[in-house]
Amino acid sequence: MSEIAVKPNKAKRASFSFRQYAMIVALIILFILFTVMTKGSFIQTRNLSNLARQMAITGVLATGMAMVIVSGNIDLSVGTLLGFIGGIGAAGMVWWGWDMYTTIAVQLLLGLTVGLIQGSIIAYLRMPAFITTLGAQLIFRGATLGVIRGTTVAPLPKGYVYLGQAYVSMTLGWIFAVVAIGLLFYFMVNKRKSNMKYKFEVKSLSVDILKASFYSLLIIGFVWIMNNYKGIPLPVIIMLALSIIFTFVAEKITFGRSVYAIGGNREAAKYAGINVNRITIIVFMLSGLMSGVAGIIMSARLNAGAPQAGLNMETDAIAAAVIGGISMTGGIGRVSGALIGAVVMATLDNGMSMMNIQAFWQFIVKGAVLIIAVWFDISSKNKQK
Amino acid sequence: MSETVARPAGDEVILRMESITKIFPGVKALENVDLTVRTGSIHAICGENGAGKSTLIKVLCGIYAHGTYDGKIFLDETERMFSSTHEAEKAGIVSIHQELALVPEMSVAENIFLGNQPNRAGLINFDQMIRQADDLLKKVGINSLNSANNVNPNTKVINLGVGKQQLVEIAKALAKNARVLILDEPTSALTENEVDVLMDILDNLRKKNITCIYISHKLDEVIRIADDVTILRDGQTIDTKHISEITKSDIVRMMVGRELTNLFPREKHNPGEVAFEVKNYTVNNPWVAGKKLVNNISFNVRYGEIIGISGLMGSGRTELFSSIYGAFEARSEGEVYLEGKKLNIKSPTDAIKNGIYYLTEDRKKYGLVLGMSILENSTLSSLNKVSKYGLLNTNIERTLTQKFIDFLRTKTPSQLVKVSNLSGGNQQKVAIGKALMTQPKVLILDEPTRGIDVGAKYEIYKIMNQLVEQGVIVIMISSDLEEVLGMSDRILVFGIGELRGSVDISEADQEVIMNIATGVKSV
Repeated sequence: MSEIAVKPNKAKRASFSFRQYAMIVALIILFILFTVMTKGSFIQTRNLSNLARQMAITGVLATGMAMVIVSGNIDLSVGTLLGFIGGIGAAGMVWWGWDMYTTIAVQLLLGLTVGLIQGSIIAYLRMPAFITTLGAQLIFRGATLGVIRGTTVAPLPKGYVYLGQAYVSMTLGWIFAVVAIGLLFYFMVNKRKSNMKYKFEVKSLSVDILKASFYSLLIIGFVWIMNNYKGIPLPVIIMLALSIIFTFVAEKITFGRSVYAIGGNREAAKYAGINVNRITIIVFMLSGLMSGVAGIIMSARLNAGAPQAGLNMETDAIAAAVIGGISMTGGIGRVSGALIGAVVMATLDNGMSMMNIQAFWQFIVKGAVLIIAVWFDISSKNKQK
Repeated sequence: MSETVARPAGDEVILRMESITKIFPGVKALENVDLTVRTGSIHAICGENGAGKSTLIKVLCGIYAHGTYDGKIFLDETERMFSSTHEAEKAGIVSIHQELALVPEMSVAENIFLGNQPNRAGLINFDQMIRQADDLLKKVGINSLNSANNVNPNTKVINLGVGKQQLVEIAKALAKNARVLILDEPTSALTENEVDVLMDILDNLRKKNITCIYISHKLDEVIRIADDVTILRDGQTIDTKHISEITKSDIVRMMVGRELTNLFPREKHNPGEVAFEVKNYTVNNPWVAGKKLVNNISFNVRYGEIIGISGLMGSGRTELFSSIYGAFEARSEGEVYLEGKKLNIKSPTDAIKNGIYYLTEDRKKYGLVLGMSILENSTLSSLNKVSKYGLLNTNIERTLTQKFIDFLRTKTPSQLVKVSNLSGGNQQKVAIGKALMTQPKVLILDEPTRGIDVGAKYEIYKIMNQLVEQGVIVIMISSDLEEVLGMSDRILVFGIGELRGSVDISEADQEVIMNIATGVKSV
């Protein structure tokens, strides 16, 4: 075939980075819309801080969900598992006299174990993930009601509640910003050095600096807005840290590459010598772990273990991932996309509540947005053919 | 073998494609291609992979809608603008693709009339459907009185062999009143006998004035059946000739753009000591309890020889080797030794660790992750080599990938191109690169040149020679007898589930191999 112009570096991720830009544009439009509709109260720092905290739980679940969907699976159990883990923690601390650290350890371990079991069932027994996790969803719903006997278990110890409700001090916020910006530039320089060492083409310095500066501005802007209210909410810090780790896991380590390969073509991955079963199990363990973290944040924020906690949260997590460009067919998408998707979902929730739109409308709108996002995904794929 | 004599068709033209140009992002697939097809002729299109044959067909049958390409299509001298395959089919242009598009769980009759069942107010008339299906099957040579291969229209397609499925596809096309029938590599999965049957049927269709566009890599078939041949190269029309004016070597020369005197670069190898041994290997049939796909097979391979594995379809070759590789999920017994050491392989991971790599016959299904880049596919089996503590080193990945792109002469603008955008030959090279990156001691190639053009085949053969030189044990499984005879030093001949014999190349020819395979003669 005769080649015209091919831009090598853009070839691969171009399709979904375009989607991410489209998502950011949509997000800005949403922001403007809600600001206008609420006569400016949406954009106030108090509300933005609130919005950030609201999205933390969806964001945490969505990072785990991103890996699951990329691997070509689905996890419908995260919502009720989150409720169950929160409930166990609350019951443990209020009724059974566990201290806070034991409780957190038990909660995280519980998430991992559930993931291990679900993953093993899916990998070794060849059960469809959809059915396995759908069943698990019901099981945890029942288990939650059983453990906390259908009541609200409260109040929880102060230190624990801190995890869901506290704000990081303003100075610490700025320290985070400085460290983040420092790392940003460090990695940029490092990459350039390494590229030069291996004699690969290096992107122009000005482009790299411009890019890093843009992200630095975003970080500064974010910290400034949060500090204008009470500082960065702790759950948001947790979410950001986790999503950075997950991005790293997905894109820089062999495990992540294997997950993409399995999602892209399970059989080919197997023939290439990838241990498909083991990777699948780890993916579900990570998702379970994220449910654990989200369960802790949720119960801490509510200062209670509640029977309704986490209900329908899997829908939000899946929607966030899909809106963020993670393809349901597997093998395509980025963790950062899921995070943007989580911002979209939280913005819809928050904005519509601010406008005093009735709850039933909120469900309808979110459902419609999810379907449109999937349609977008499919139609953009058809165009590529 | 039945002789088919090309019947000169008239000069009446049924189909004309004029200056077709089709551009994909970054690639010009077709450039001012012209194609003129005479009514009632069999018109072959030849070209290497990536020459633009499939793209041209997709333009013709409406997969690429009018407006996404430049140029004009005339059917019966009227310009047509198809915006879907459905419209093209209504006009009488029906194509049968490389991958068959039958629904395996439906009956033959249901498949033939899929989408246009005889009905009244939406209610399907099953009796009429089966009656008509039977008539159509007769037209394609099944169910005629003197035919041995009878098929009940009520049979599920899944129970038919590939050859019969192909015929059902043709019947399905006829049900749509096809006037121009497009066959894309129709014989790639057929046995010699089935090819003969197909050739007869195409000849019969020609007598009924049905025009046929025939795309094939197998030039012998083209010479045997076609009236005219059009050669494409690099997205351009090279020439259209009447079959009597052209020879096989002319076609090859026009396809490749240079002389290819020898199809097989045979080199003299000096076999050393025995390095790879398989003893009493048995593979159970995972679908039928108590049955065996491969029964008690033993053989050995020495350093410095290419072993060809020949045998009929369904002989269990693929199952044997994918089982040795740890990828075939069925119980197996037997022992495998490499350099005197007994291996215990439970998964492909184990096999690769022990220096064995098996490249599958189905690139798209088992060989490559099509949505991933060349780089990501190349390093997929060697992730431990390009990482430290699980942390990927992109620079090492790029360096290694480039090394194999250079070595295998893979044609690509960049390592970051998705493999789905490569031609078959280049995809196969990526797969081979992936295997070689693991530095295997034993490389098992299952149908390494299936669906690949002449030029790329030649390069792959040369790579095999280089590998043997470097001390790699190369085992080549192939249904292409010419290839097995052209490249192997020793040939293992398989019957159904058993090893029938081992022949040194000096004593082997087509007849000897076929006799052993079919059990006429044993060694």
